[in-house]
Amino acid sequence: MNHRIEKAFAKAKAEGRGAFVAYLTMGFPSVEASERAADEAIANGADVLELGVPFSDPFADGGVIRSAAYAALEQGVRLSDVMAMAGRIRAKHPETGLVLFSYYNPVFSMGLDAFAAAVAQAGIDAVLVVDLPLEEREELLASLRPHGVGLVPLVAPNTPIDRVRASGEGVGDAFLYVITVKGTTGARTELPVDLADRLEAIRQVSPLPVAAGFGISTRAQADEVSRHADGFVVGSALVRRVAEGRTPCLD
Amino acid sequence: MKTHYGQYGGQYVAETLMAPLKKLEIAYESAKGDPKFRQELSELLKDYVGRESPLYRASRLSEYLGGATILLKREDLNHTGAHKVNNTIGQALLARRMGKKRLIAETGAGMHGVATATVAARLGMPCEVYMGAVDVERQAPNVERMKMLGAKVHAVSEGSATLKDAMNEALRDWVANCDDTFYVIGTVAGPAPYPEMVRDFQSVIGREARRQCLEKFGRLPDEAIACVGGGSNAIGLFAGFIDDPGVKLVGVEAGGKGLATGEHAASINGGRLGVLHGSKTMLLQTKDGNVIDTYSVSAGLDYPGVGPEHCHLHDTGRAEYAVIDDDEAVAAFDLLCRLEGIIPALESSHAIAEAIKRAPKLGRDKLIIVNLSGRGDKDMENILRYKASKGVNV
Repeated sequence: MNHRIEKAFAKAKAEGRGAFVAYLTMGFPSVEASERAADEAIANGADVLELGVPFSDPFADGGVIRSAAYAALEQGVRLSDVMAMAGRIRAKHPETGLVLFSYYNPVFSMGLDAFAAAVAQAGIDAVLVVDLPLEEREELLASLRPHGVGLVPLVAPNTPIDRVRASGEGVGDAFLYVITVKGTTGARTELPVDLADRLEAIRQVSPLPVAAGFGISTRAQADEVSRHADGFVVGSALVRRVAEGRTPCLD
Repeated sequence: MKTHYGQYGGQYVAETLMAPLKKLEIAYESAKGDPKFRQELSELLKDYVGRESPLYRASRLSEYLGGATILLKREDLNHTGAHKVNNTIGQALLARRMGKKRLIAETGAGMHGVATATVAARLGMPCEVYMGAVDVERQAPNVERMKMLGAKVHAVSEGSATLKDAMNEALRDWVANCDDTFYVIGTVAGPAPYPEMVRDFQSVIGREARRQCLEKFGRLPDEAIACVGGGSNAIGLFAGFIDDPGVKLVGVEAGGKGLATGEHAASINGGRLGVLHGSKTMLLQTKDGNVIDTYSVSAGLDYPGVGPEHCHLHDTGRAEYAVIDDDEAVAAFDLLCRLEGIIPALESSHAIAEAIKRAPKLGRDKLIIVNLSGRGDKDMENILRYKASKGVNV
């Protein structure tokens, strides 16, 4: 195992900042442009990339990421294509943590062992599956473990603290993704007032580095979150910039 | 509480929904054991819905077919015109018990939306219904009914703009508003505890049918047939006979233009194992695991997945699942209109069509119960359009 995610968070910590986790919908606006966006995100400071797999039924996503997913699907971009893109990104960026971000059905449909082998082959460090909670994840973990691929767990504002602890255990090289707000992905002008306390409580129990996501779009929000977490995730704000033909970075 | 049916079912949802699902499960378990809850539910089913619904002997249809006697479980006579209300009353009472302030629902044909809007009005709760834009168009009368009942209808134009997309949007609403909002799911799909809870509320169909059949004929039916989209009316009927091994259970999937064309909604017969909307289920999907746009003349069967319990009943062989295409369903619709003076929903017409195939092969001493899950008034325009497209004079 390369522990790239662990190292990425350690490096950010050593530099006195939160790790920047950047989400991009792969294949949007095109295969080439999304790979270019990945390069740019890394140049703009991303420590870890989340490579979003377009899916026909993105029920956990807000409008920006959904539109990007539908557009990528229109162009025929599928899970196998995202794996190929990941392989090329890996070849250019040996240090960056790579997380494959997907809904469960494309993963399950491929066959879990075949999926795990392909993910490892592409140089992906961990997988994040939006709709695979603690109770259902063991079958995927069993396939990922032999390949040394991690699983990024998500915890929500209403996840009890014991469950937060359990969620972070036995998942390999990963970070704990803390969803800041109840709702779908997308930028918010204000983050919850109790977020700092919540993050501190989670850090107390989490065996993994903690990154907060959902709603973060500005440098100011990222800096604020980084005072109480090991990293922050930016998704919709980057995808929106890509949609506008701009470079993916914080506003 | 049952979360899995064999390898099917489960809770494949975003983490934010796990706590609300847990609360729902606890509240439902407590309600089930509370005589007051059960009494209020049964009073509403009696006086508001008009239960019990008759088990009607379709004499002329049976005579015409020359075989088994066909009995229709008349869920079409329920208030709001379908079986859906059995479930929405149960869930809405539960919502009130949990202190929820708002109901949301997805709907395909609009029957579940109407049934949810109805009970929301009855309990004085605001209600918002998500409906695919395609369905809003082809089921316009139901949209007007929902609005008249005070519900807000959101047309969902994303994806295939049908039931699955409506369900996606309802899930997005619920994840953002789960503290004060109750999501009334209309079928035996979705994450646990929905499949079991909806089954329980719909099982009144099968319990009544069993008792009525014993009272009228002194014996159980030989077969029980129901259409399957998500599968709530079928599970409701099957529930009454599941422990009677002599009663053959038959679910009927929508064959659309035919299984071979790929334009259908037959998840068990034409799909493969997948995960959608919280459940591991037989799913119509591409080889890459994207969900396929389904097709059926009847909007209510137009769903790419199916309730997990049906998948399990299929695996164990306890139930069998047939396929009826559009033409057969419409022919059955016509026959029931002309021979019995009953206008069935296009969904239910699939079950009737299967009975029409089976009855002549069975002796006159055999009994088939068909769940007439809804009435067809909502389908008038659809039927006319369909016949026009086939060049048939009406």
